[in-house]
Amino acid sequence: MTENPKKPGPIAEMLAPVAGFGVTFANLFRPVVTEQYPFEKVPTKPRYHGRHQLNRYPDGLEKCIGCELCAWACPADAIYVEGGDNADLPEGAHVSPGERYGRVYQINYLRCIFCGLCIEACPTRALTMTNDYELAGPTREGMIFEKDDLLAPLREGMLAGPHPMVEGTEDLEYYRGEITGPTQAQVDWVRERRPDDASLDAAAKATVAAPDANGGTR
Amino acid sequence: MSNETAPSGFLLTTVEDFAGWARKSSIWPVTFGLACCAIEMMAAGASRFDLARYGMEVFRASPRQADLMIVAGRVSQKMAPIVRQVYDQMAEPKWVLSMGVCASSGGMFNNYAIVQGVDHVVPVDIYLPGCPPRPEMLINAINELQRQMQKEPLLTHRREVVKAVEAAALEATPTHQMKGLLR
Repeated sequence: MTENPKKPGPIAEMLAPVAGFGVTFANLFRPVVTEQYPFEKVPTKPRYHGRHQLNRYPDGLEKCIGCELCAWACPADAIYVEGGDNADLPEGAHVSPGERYGRVYQINYLRCIFCGLCIEACPTRALTMTNDYELAGPTREGMIFEKDDLLAPLREGMLAGPHPMVEGTEDLEYYRGEITGPTQAQVDWVRERRPDDASLDAAAKATVAAPDANGGTR
Repeated sequence: MSNETAPSGFLLTTVEDFAGWARKSSIWPVTFGLACCAIEMMAAGASRFDLARYGMEVFRASPRQADLMIVAGRVSQKMAPIVRQVYDQMAEPKWVLSMGVCASSGGMFNNYAIVQGVDHVVPVDIYLPGCPPRPEMLINAINELQRQMQKEPLLTHRREVVKAVEAAALEATPTHQMKGLLR
């Protein structure tokens, strides 16, 4: 073979220096890929690992039982939990159903790597992750989120704790998901102690009957 | 002009506003990718997120032409003096963005090889968590920083702010009274 078959012809050779502009020109007609981020937020994938959230039961009690399993699972030692006894609260009040509740709950977002091992470790699904990722801050202390920063807001009809558990139930009923909202007795209890509570009116409208302790699937 | 005779009031506020606007409108970052966070930083500069929208597309290889150091990635003990040297070579005014948990606090690398937070070496203006943070998070942190830059006080205002910061620091809860990670 004497001649290279891939050698361009004389016309192609003449146009070669401007061929690069052809790429630029063709791209003028392609759709724009740039996301206008702070103005138009493209939603993340639904299971994106963002900021944590501490969830609540439908009657407003917290799900976190202060077991510290999340802190044990954390590979970066970003979580600090201190448990408290519900029995120490006055007049039979509860922060969470059962014996213990998370009295101190801190996540250091300057250590957290958003791996989700804490979510897998949580026995009550108290800790989950939101899709919120806008977390930047000017100080190191400010990036340690405390319990009030992490706690899920009260949904419409939830009664702010601490208040007693639904009458005639134990923590097991809560774990089984048999609690669907605050009962009249809980609302009355809160109305007597904290008449100015902001969640009272909505909770009073959303009261449900306590689950039958002997019926069901026990 | 000494600080004693410097103007204040309306004139200074106007100059401050203008200076803040000028500073925040085209921040030139110094190229400082140290680890995986740098990949996200490059993605933020590329077409999908396009930092050029903020006039930030020129990542300068020379610190003398840069305003912002984005420390992207873990800083090892061996790298620390180099980080400091690059910071010292930057011209005033300059800012530092600590990108990702490793740069901010050492992250999951709590060991002898990694500096536990780049703020041990240089003053950090904004911390950005994430491992690595997605480009949107970086842009969000840059927006926060731009808000800081816009409000940067000058001359007499600066002295007032310094005084207020000192007063606030004296009133703040001492660390030994804090709980857990805050201690």
